[in-house]
Amino acid sequence: MSGLSDRRLLFVTGKGGVGKSTVAIALGIAAARRGLRTIVAELSGQDRAATVFGRVSKPGEEVQLDTRLFAISIDWRRAMEEYLHERAGRLGDLLSASRAFHAFAAATPGMHELLMIGKVWELAQEQRRVRGGLPYDLVIVDAPATGHALGALRAPRTFAQIARVGPIANQGATIDATLRDPAQTAVLAVALPEEMPVQETLFLQRGLREQLGIELAQIVANACYPQRLGPRQASGAERALAGAEPGLVRAALQAAVSEHTRAGVQREQIGRLAAACGQEPLELPYVFAPQLDRPVLEQLADLLEPTL
Amino acid sequence: MSGVAELLEGRRVCVMGGSGGVGKTTTAAAVAMGMAARGLKVAVVTIDPAQRLAGALGLDELANEPQQIAAEPFAAAGLPLDGELWAMTLDAKRTFDELIARLAPDERTRDQILANRIYRELSDAIAGSQEFTAVAKVHELAHNGRFDLLVLDTPPSRNALDFLDAPARLTRFFEGRALQLLLRPSGAGIRLLGRGTGMALGLLRRITGAELLGDLSEFLRLLGGLVDGFRERAAQVEALLRDDGTTFLLVTSPEREPIDEAIHFQQRLATAGMSLGGAIVNRMHVDALGDGDAGQLSQLLAAHAGLSPALVELVAAAFHDEHVLALRDAENVAHLGEQLGEAVPLLRVPLLDDDVHDVAGLVRMHRCFAIPEH
Repeated sequence: MSGLSDRRLLFVTGKGGVGKSTVAIALGIAAARRGLRTIVAELSGQDRAATVFGRVSKPGEEVQLDTRLFAISIDWRRAMEEYLHERAGRLGDLLSASRAFHAFAAATPGMHELLMIGKVWELAQEQRRVRGGLPYDLVIVDAPATGHALGALRAPRTFAQIARVGPIANQGATIDATLRDPAQTAVLAVALPEEMPVQETLFLQRGLREQLGIELAQIVANACYPQRLGPRQASGAERALAGAEPGLVRAALQAAVSEHTRAGVQREQIGRLAAACGQEPLELPYVFAPQLDRPVLEQLADLLEPTL
Repeated sequence: MSGVAELLEGRRVCVMGGSGGVGKTTTAAAVAMGMAARGLKVAVVTIDPAQRLAGALGLDELANEPQQIAAEPFAAAGLPLDGELWAMTLDAKRTFDELIARLAPDERTRDQILANRIYRELSDAIAGSQEFTAVAKVHELAHNGRFDLLVLDTPPSRNALDFLDAPARLTRFFEGRALQLLLRPSGAGIRLLGRGTGMALGLLRRITGAELLGDLSEFLRLLGGLVDGFRERAAQVEALLRDDGTTFLLVTSPEREPIDEAIHFQQRLATAGMSLGGAIVNRMHVDALGDGDAGQLSQLLAAHAGLSPALVELVAAAFHDEHVLALRDAENVAHLGEQLGEAVPLLRVPLLDDDVHDVAGLVRMHRCFAIPEH
């Protein structure tokens, strides 16, 4: 599927350890190259994007990484201060400093999630609420893992329902409408082509559909082994392996045969994922490099480019 | 020389810690299975999303109480269980409801809490509640003595430390007294919290809307009745984590980020006075080159195995690619070993050809646990 860059908000989620941050940053690079003013927003207190670009960012602060590319590690405290300031000016600042609102934020379950999602929404506004904030064409959210991501996406609607009236209710309803509008928001799932991550992707798809009426816009199958050997070559390598003496030759044949086996298992999982989700996942290759540094991310960005 | 079985000698509770996606659930299942094979009655407890453990054990569904897993598939896979293997997938919401019900001073309070809109809609968002209910469940199971060993798979979270903070965080939440006082209509709390609070509160009301504050106030008032009981429960949970019979096993993959997280986790464990039994590094790429000369590989392949030139190049490329990862893994794990110190045993589980998600896979993984440390 292409055309993700028409949206303002792109959520990247999936099971833990599947490479959500990697995909989010690479997408950010691709979008910036495309000419979009882009920000990668991290929700889990990590600082991957800035670190990869050798920058240091303060929590909650937008930092420029490259031409048209920015990053922010969303901080609920900072988001709360900004929200209060925008709502009530100087009085809001007083409230930020008072114990009352901190106690309120701590005692209200889900308030942190709401504040963080609210900040993400703010970043995606044409008219930024933050003083001096310039609008972004695309906000890519490096979201938490499946269960927590679903919780965060649900937060605005839940609060709109509970609060019923008043500013939080209104704000919640507005954000919820943005999240559920496919013209504005897309959710992208990252999976490894393995049993459990695929299972979790299906769980995410169902959760999004049933709880929020959101369809997965794109699935990325990450870290796919190359299919180096054809069927006949694979049999040849297996035969040679069976007859090889221990040593380097045997180890090399074992590596090639094992990789072929793993690639085969992955193909099955990709097929399963495609069949169950009704869409072909975009495949990213396994990266044989000691580190996922900037050159690697630039390469992954090339491959993600067509989805934008 | 130590395998998982030796690490768990004399332990009653084993907690798997580590960041998301490193194979904690699978490792928990494999460890529990291995101990059941040694004759113990073992229960493995995991948390609900996506019914992860059920998948690993080949079950369709697990209930909120331990269920015995049929032994035949294990015997068929070459690992007969001399003891018993039980498993449960914790339904965090339901277990939290049960906890509230047990702590409530009376039925009326219980029903009011369970019916409160904030509780109903948001209790799963109470920070640490999943983690807490998981340990509370293990505490309950440990207390009634039905099992020789309980293996706890910690909830999926990017930050492994959330788990250790859970009792304290949840206690703070239950004790949310400052706000409770504030929200009391009498205004006694306002006087208590000092000048300016009245104005702040008015503003808070304006911003949040009166209904939300009203519901929250009611919710906190109701929870107030449970604070003492909860504090006691939290203390028991903390005590269980510190108990001599409890040990943590750190699970990680050999990539840099989970390893850094594992190191962080161990430091926190040490600060908290909890015991780290060992670390399991899953999915290691094994260095098969050693002192060999990779430059000669193509020549050797062509000479020894009689492969076509094209296949020689492909095999050599596969080996070189994997070798890059083997070197990376070795370096990262050496760093982990240094940071953990020599006293902490490190078990390395090689990357298996098949992705582990069934009984046969668990048995293969288990065999790696017995490999002595080098």
